[in-house]
Amino acid sequence: MRLFETSAIQIKNKILSKEIRATDFIKIVFDHIKNVEPNIQSFITLNEDEAIKKAIEVDKKIENSENVGALAGIPVAVKDNICTKNLYTTCASNILKTFIPPYDAFVIKRLKEEDAIIVGKTNLDEFAMGSSTENSAYKITRNPWNLECVPGGSSGGSAAAVAADFSLMALGSETGGSVRQPASLCGVVGIKPTYGRVSRYGLVAFGSSLDQVGTLSKDVRDAALLLRVIAGYDLHDTTSANIAVPDYLDTIDSGVKGLRIGIPKEYFAVSFNDDVCKALKDALKIYERLGAQVVDISLPHTEYAVAVYYIIANAEASSNLARYDGVRYGYRTFKPNGIMDMYYRTRSEGFGNEVKRRIMLGNYALSSGYYDAYYLKASKVRNLIKIDFDIAFEKVDCIICPTSPVPAFKIGERANNPLEMYLSDIYTIPANLAGIPGISIPCGFSKDGLPIGMQILGKHFEEKKLLQIAYAFERETDFHLKKPALKISPV
Amino acid sequence: MTYEVVIGLETHAELATVTKLFCGCSTQFGVDPNMQVCPVCLGMPGVLPVMNKKAFEYALKAAVALNCKIDEFTNFDRKSYYYPDLPKNYQVSQNYHNLGADGYLDISVNGVTNRIRIHNVHLEEEAGKLIHPEEVGADYSLVDFNRAGVPLLEIVSYPDMRRVDEVESYMQTLRKILLYTEVSDCKMQEGSLRFEASISLRKKGCDKLGNRVEIKNLNSMKSVLKAIEYETIRQRDVLDRGETVGRETRLWDEVNEKSARMRSKEESQDYRYFPEPDLLPVLIDEKWLRAIKDTIPELPLARRQRFIEGFALSGYDASLLIDEKILADFFEECVKILNRPKAFCNWITNDLLREVKDRKLDIYHLKIKPKQLAALVEIIEKGTISSTIAKEVFSEMIQTGKDPKTVVEEKKLVQISDEGLIEAIITKVISGNPDAVEDYKKGKKNALTFLVGQVMKETKGKANPKMVNELLEKKVRV
Repeated sequence: MRLFETSAIQIKNKILSKEIRATDFIKIVFDHIKNVEPNIQSFITLNEDEAIKKAIEVDKKIENSENVGALAGIPVAVKDNICTKNLYTTCASNILKTFIPPYDAFVIKRLKEEDAIIVGKTNLDEFAMGSSTENSAYKITRNPWNLECVPGGSSGGSAAAVAADFSLMALGSETGGSVRQPASLCGVVGIKPTYGRVSRYGLVAFGSSLDQVGTLSKDVRDAALLLRVIAGYDLHDTTSANIAVPDYLDTIDSGVKGLRIGIPKEYFAVSFNDDVCKALKDALKIYERLGAQVVDISLPHTEYAVAVYYIIANAEASSNLARYDGVRYGYRTFKPNGIMDMYYRTRSEGFGNEVKRRIMLGNYALSSGYYDAYYLKASKVRNLIKIDFDIAFEKVDCIICPTSPVPAFKIGERANNPLEMYLSDIYTIPANLAGIPGISIPCGFSKDGLPIGMQILGKHFEEKKLLQIAYAFERETDFHLKKPALKISPV
Repeated sequence: MTYEVVIGLETHAELATVTKLFCGCSTQFGVDPNMQVCPVCLGMPGVLPVMNKKAFEYALKAAVALNCKIDEFTNFDRKSYYYPDLPKNYQVSQNYHNLGADGYLDISVNGVTNRIRIHNVHLEEEAGKLIHPEEVGADYSLVDFNRAGVPLLEIVSYPDMRRVDEVESYMQTLRKILLYTEVSDCKMQEGSLRFEASISLRKKGCDKLGNRVEIKNLNSMKSVLKAIEYETIRQRDVLDRGETVGRETRLWDEVNEKSARMRSKEESQDYRYFPEPDLLPVLIDEKWLRAIKDTIPELPLARRQRFIEGFALSGYDASLLIDEKILADFFEECVKILNRPKAFCNWITNDLLREVKDRKLDIYHLKIKPKQLAALVEIIEKGTISSTIAKEVFSEMIQTGKDPKTVVEEKKLVQISDEGLIEAIITKVISGNPDAVEDYKKGKKNALTFLVGQVMKETKGKANPKMVNELLEKKVRV
């Protein structure tokens, strides 16, 4: 096994014990990126110079026996909708092609404080709107397991970067499944924390009441480590929770004996991919063998989740994206003829089709005379969906279901069918609407050798229990250790 | 045809917080463009608002002072419209759950009190300011975001006013309440207090309201009144011609004293309000509300009444004093030191206000302090200086902030009350003006005044006038 194929915790221990220097490791990682990235296209911007500088700093600290952070020397990739001071943050949009934030997002500040090394900014669907990373204005990211397939999205660049060992971990963001779904399609671990667990300050807003920064990693223990770093209260985000962050690792190996796992009948009522179905059934058998009890539950308002989501997310997006007008930063059209012309042309030229579609849908849902019928009603149904989960969690410790109804699909296959693309998120969206945490972990492979992900959902702020349940499965299986066969790109 | 004019006002007042509504930037006025900005108030990608508690409490205080009902639950909404001075192209405001609703403001016109209902009071963020270059043919405009994000209070009245004197009284009374509660400095010249009027006409006796016209860009109270008068005539002419008044928004042109149509109702914007997801709703419990109520001082009308009853001032004098809270406070400070309300009232309403006007002084930063004015009144009473000299001393005090005693000593203004000294001067004056003495003896009373004047002139006004009168009369009679 090559060095960069190990987990973050393993590498951190090697760096701390001076078995390898952070500087040497980061150089190995960048050599690997240079060899393979042309095939994958997971990054929009690489941060090599700064990364090496940071690695030197970490090595110096270790040499001088100074305290180092929890992520000392660990290469981390960051989704390009999370603001990084002095480093391009484009949201994979032409409208922010030239945007360099003057400030760090809360999560970036935390990464830096804990001595992580930021490798680069990863590709995404423009403004995180999509489930395949095909909506990027710059490039199409390929699934490391099959270059013909999408990595999922919208955090496809981050998921592919971890799967291809370009970084040991990555940050993504979720509005409706954008961490869990690509994690599932790329065979890595992805967490969407409870709404309010991680500060949104510096995460470029899409659907503010749904957005949350999430983690992508090679295994569950690395996820626990990264989540602990980025979670916590932030004065700059009123919606972040002032609840202490536990040590997610200390009791992670407590197992699942006696725990109750809920299986929502509505999620299994629809037909989905046979391979996914079989992987899930096998996984549940493992859990039963480990002493967990599998029980049927009902989430009766599930069928409305996708519709509710696309009203709320798009309404909020239409407002959040209003600021990209060419006045203060980012793209501005050439020689506009007055202010209205500047607005029209800047936005027409700056945004891609999917973003425009959602802005229009969102504005429609909020417009006078339609607000009550769409946004207000959607908000009410959203509350019913949340109550569904509250009731379910009175009976069970967690809910398990597929992360995605299908393994990675082919590039272009769904690009012209927005509705079908929207249904990619059918299993992930309810957690965002309810604000509950979810984790996707590898649980098998399709006949075609594509990874399959299993999703575990829990109660608000019960990430610790989710990680424990996920780890119980992971240590019994080796799906997370399988590696895609990466080819060195022709020079 | 006789019409009834129906007028409502929307008032915007910038709240007097040190920092902006959602970030830590300063709200100081008059700083170089874009020197008081940060990623939050510039609407950079990824930023989030954090509510300024002080601003919220100021808004709450104003709502309570305007007798509004305060709901336990209040929330913020996004109001969407595109304008280059609005960084996010939406304004965080309130629409579905205003902070205060159904209040009122009592106004007094010619001694008659009238109640104007307040529809709602809410908190929102201020926009920036466009700067259009003066050069001919410039193809750009600039934006100054220093003001963007300053907390702004909006007070919406019901259309309960019928005449301009009511509107004037409403504006003045509202301004006084905002000043008294210290939630806004209400400086119209700095734009921290602004009004928008909506006007409609209907036939006398008709219940149904006519089509409403809103007027913006009213930069002073005078403009508000002029614009209403102009609009009344315009609408009356339209109605007299048998046409209907269109619902529209008009812009007031201060220079030409005219208004022009900005947009019609059909062109009006759909603000697409929805609850601001980046801010949590605010719950106002009993305890908090009570604490806010406790901070509300005595309001102008109540204070006026107390001045009339407690200090035996005339209604006119009391009104003059309460007009500016700072003057009323000054007055009360003086009375606390020395119980001479009438004297202080005169000094403040006459001399002080005149000096302020003549010398263009800022009443918020007066150099003279209450205890100095009290000391002045005291030395007049003691006879150290005459009341004529006192005016000169006062003028020096207000300019320099010196104590009255210092001024009197420096300028050698102590009153001459030495009988021998005065008599000596009188003797000199009498011998120098035998004709006047003769005239007086013949019965011309004016002659005595002339002689007093001569004595005062000799003493540079410092002689005790009472003594001069008495001694002179005694002397010339002989």
